[in-house]
Amino acid sequence: MLDGTTAEIKPREALRINPAKTCQPIGAMYAALGINGCMPHSHGSQGCCAYHRSHLTRHFKEPVVATSSSFTEGASVFGGLANMTQALTNIFTIYNPKIVAIHTTCLSEVIGDDIPMMIKKAIEEKIIPEGKYVIHANTPSFIGSHVTGFANMVTGMVKYLSESSGKTEAQLKEDAQLNILPGWLDPADMREIKRIANAMGVKYVMFPDTSGVLDLPQDGRYRMFPHGGATVEQIKSSGDSIGTIALGHFTSHPAAEKLDEKCKVPAALLEMPFGLTNTDRFIHALRTHGGVDVPGSIGEERGRLLDAMGDMHQYFHGKTVALVGDPDQVIALTQFLTELDMKPAYVFTGSPGKHFEERVKEILKDQSPDAVVKQNADMFELHQLIKNKSVDLLIGNTYCKYIAHVEQIPYVRFGFPILDRMGHRYFPSVGYTGGLRLMERISDALLDHKDRTCPEERFELIQ
Amino acid sequence: MNSVTARDLPPVLIELLPEREKQIIRRGGGSAATAMACGKASTAGAVSQRACVFCGSRVVLYPVADALHLVHGPIGCAAYTWDIRGSVSSGPQLYRNSFSTDLQEMDVIYGGEKKLEAALLELIAHYHPKAAFVYSTCIVGIIGDDVSAICKRVQEKTGIPVLGVHSEGFKGTKKDGYKAACDALYKLMGTGDTSDIGPHSINILGEFNLAGEAHIIRDYYKRLGIEVVSTLTGDGRVDDIRRAHGARLNLVQCSGSMTSLAKMMERDHGIPYKRVSYFGIEDMSAALYEAAKFFSDDPTIMDRAQNLVREEVARIYPELMRYKEKLIGKKACVYVGGAFKAFSLIRILRLLGMETAVVGSQTGDQEDYQQLQEITDPGTIIVDDANPLELANFCLEKDVDLFIGGVKERPIAYKLGIGFCDHNHERKEPLAGYVGMLNFAKEVYASVASPVWQFAPRRARRAVAMPVPASANS
Repeated sequence: MLDGTTAEIKPREALRINPAKTCQPIGAMYAALGINGCMPHSHGSQGCCAYHRSHLTRHFKEPVVATSSSFTEGASVFGGLANMTQALTNIFTIYNPKIVAIHTTCLSEVIGDDIPMMIKKAIEEKIIPEGKYVIHANTPSFIGSHVTGFANMVTGMVKYLSESSGKTEAQLKEDAQLNILPGWLDPADMREIKRIANAMGVKYVMFPDTSGVLDLPQDGRYRMFPHGGATVEQIKSSGDSIGTIALGHFTSHPAAEKLDEKCKVPAALLEMPFGLTNTDRFIHALRTHGGVDVPGSIGEERGRLLDAMGDMHQYFHGKTVALVGDPDQVIALTQFLTELDMKPAYVFTGSPGKHFEERVKEILKDQSPDAVVKQNADMFELHQLIKNKSVDLLIGNTYCKYIAHVEQIPYVRFGFPILDRMGHRYFPSVGYTGGLRLMERISDALLDHKDRTCPEERFELIQ
Repeated sequence: MNSVTARDLPPVLIELLPEREKQIIRRGGGSAATAMACGKASTAGAVSQRACVFCGSRVVLYPVADALHLVHGPIGCAAYTWDIRGSVSSGPQLYRNSFSTDLQEMDVIYGGEKKLEAALLELIAHYHPKAAFVYSTCIVGIIGDDVSAICKRVQEKTGIPVLGVHSEGFKGTKKDGYKAACDALYKLMGTGDTSDIGPHSINILGEFNLAGEAHIIRDYYKRLGIEVVSTLTGDGRVDDIRRAHGARLNLVQCSGSMTSLAKMMERDHGIPYKRVSYFGIEDMSAALYEAAKFFSDDPTIMDRAQNLVREEVARIYPELMRYKEKLIGKKACVYVGGAFKAFSLIRILRLLGMETAVVGSQTGDQEDYQQLQEITDPGTIIVDDANPLELANFCLEKDVDLFIGGVKERPIAYKLGIGFCDHNHERKEPLAGYVGMLNFAKEVYASVASPVWQFAPRRARRAVAMPVPASANS
């Protein structure tokens, strides 16, 4: 299917071939699923909601619920108010969630639907029952990407829910609660972030939190609203925290900044804790903001990762890598690859954002200054570059498998979506232990490829 | 130890939306049929398994392998439909790429026409496709791009057919998307040379070559001495579609998607059509006999059909019966896109000794639901446009052993501890034809009889008490 991809690169203005991004609403839907008892609601045509649910289901292998305003031609002419009113009535009557998180679509954005006005009207008309919540985020599909949609919904949580209760400084200090904004991570990674925070002994609220929502055990029952997710009360209390640790420039920092502006909660703006340095920074932030000591168990985890990096460093040295994915993950992983002494050659994201290029180039300035770093790019372009000069390893989501297949490049699946393998659903990649897993997968891919392709006299028993 | 049996777990209780009650029928003992209020747009605020107009068009046209498929709109619609159908092509793979105009804010303000034209010209120059389909998405209908005019202009410039598909998501249901796709296909028809098409010739409509099924079906008809002019759209080729009007008979599977095309071809080219299904021994054989009867001027076709059926059935029957022994008495829930597939599945399950306890579809019409009531057993629950809670509830109520559905239903079935068979885009083995019947039996058996379910709570209740998972208490 990729025979049409040529090495010759012509400028393309009007066209996206094999995208490395998708649209905002799915990010908003994923973030909303990280609130306990939340029904994500898609204000648009039915198809959007169906596609997002299917796509998320394929990645997580979990049921994903969401409702739709089911736009028809009438709604597109007269506005979506009637659909929204009917939708909210039905959702609360039948499914009875604790909270509804509305996101818009390209259609409702273009016709100019005013969601805050609609919510206000629903409150006045008592369509939203006592003690229930409705929040929203604008997520036009023609701006940004799925990453933007996630960030907008997390910021929406802060806008609608976070509040300062008026406690005194002394009380707040005594409570010593931290906020953790994990950004767009898989449930297994969110679970690992919590494990680390628990091991550190800090008191925290984390939102969104999709663990316990999209990684459920088999227990013979189907729950529309699983036990996991950050509760509305927890998110509300984030305004009373003494600090916020926000992981990821694109998916977490906007909400952290909003929280600082709204409730005066100072934020540590970090990158995602992939690899050694970024996990160090995360642990450091937990220690200093939470006023705790790092327990020996965490120190040992770090030591084991470092030990493995030492044991295996000869296999990583100088290996060139093409890396593509969502900006927060890719920035952090680029850092880890340099720690492993690998050479990122192409570092791509499909999402727009200048910060990506600036930050990745800064990380690579000594080790791989010639790397091609691109935001707002697609898989077709990445493939063209690889055709011009191949790499030793490809890292990216499932859509990279086409390139890996035709170019016969060792390949590690990483990011969203992963539609054809299972590990990401259960095993974290964040933290020191997650770093070990990433290393294992990278070295397996490189060594398996070598074992498969090398001449017999170079086929080694011991590596 | 704190333990509980599944019997102690409360059932999943749901209240039906008043509007929804008319879309659920519990088949009584008598013969009087109840009218199903179907074909409606889903209620706003319902967790529906349904999609949109664009989705309908995209699934129908997608398998045309040597055409360019350009999605005109923001990136999502192209991203979610990138290579998600297991429609196999024996040749070109162009259709599996994802092409989008990736409309941005400025395009929404100033219009996307220039971008669309430039994208089409770039793509056609690069890939040299036989034709191009341009899908309109929701906002194209709102910002007012004249897609037809652009298509016309590009067609003149490039010399290949460039067909606009009017698939704005909000302009109806998935069925309207099928219609828009048929309209686009119909524009291609009548433009190819039909002089070498013989008198015993057919088109296969509504067969999408999932897991290579069209190859199996085409082979059967060839063995009968019948010429297959085109397959719409499985393993589809533009040149075949252009001469499809030269065939003498249309066989239409997947009634929802392609009947409108068959009707247009009947109206304008006098080609009669028959509704068929290739799932199960009975329906597959009937589909072959239907064509043989139609070409009764050559009685050898019927002879060959009878021989083929005899041979193929004999080949699979002993093994099929071994599966039946294992599956007899098991119960199934069937939830599929089009109702016509449900008819076949009910018959196939019966052949395997299984009972269909719950059956539903996303797009069935009044007539379909009447027929479902006629062919199902008393007590069967029949549902139109179901939501996951309803489906889960019915599955538990009827204590089914198997769920047949699509991507969104699979994890629900597994959470309940029920076997699953994907009879939709993600099937991995061909399920059509005689070999498909055997594959189906194997797949159903493998899932229903999987040892994993004996550990699942609802099965464990028949054996031993089990510890309560922490989450069961929340």
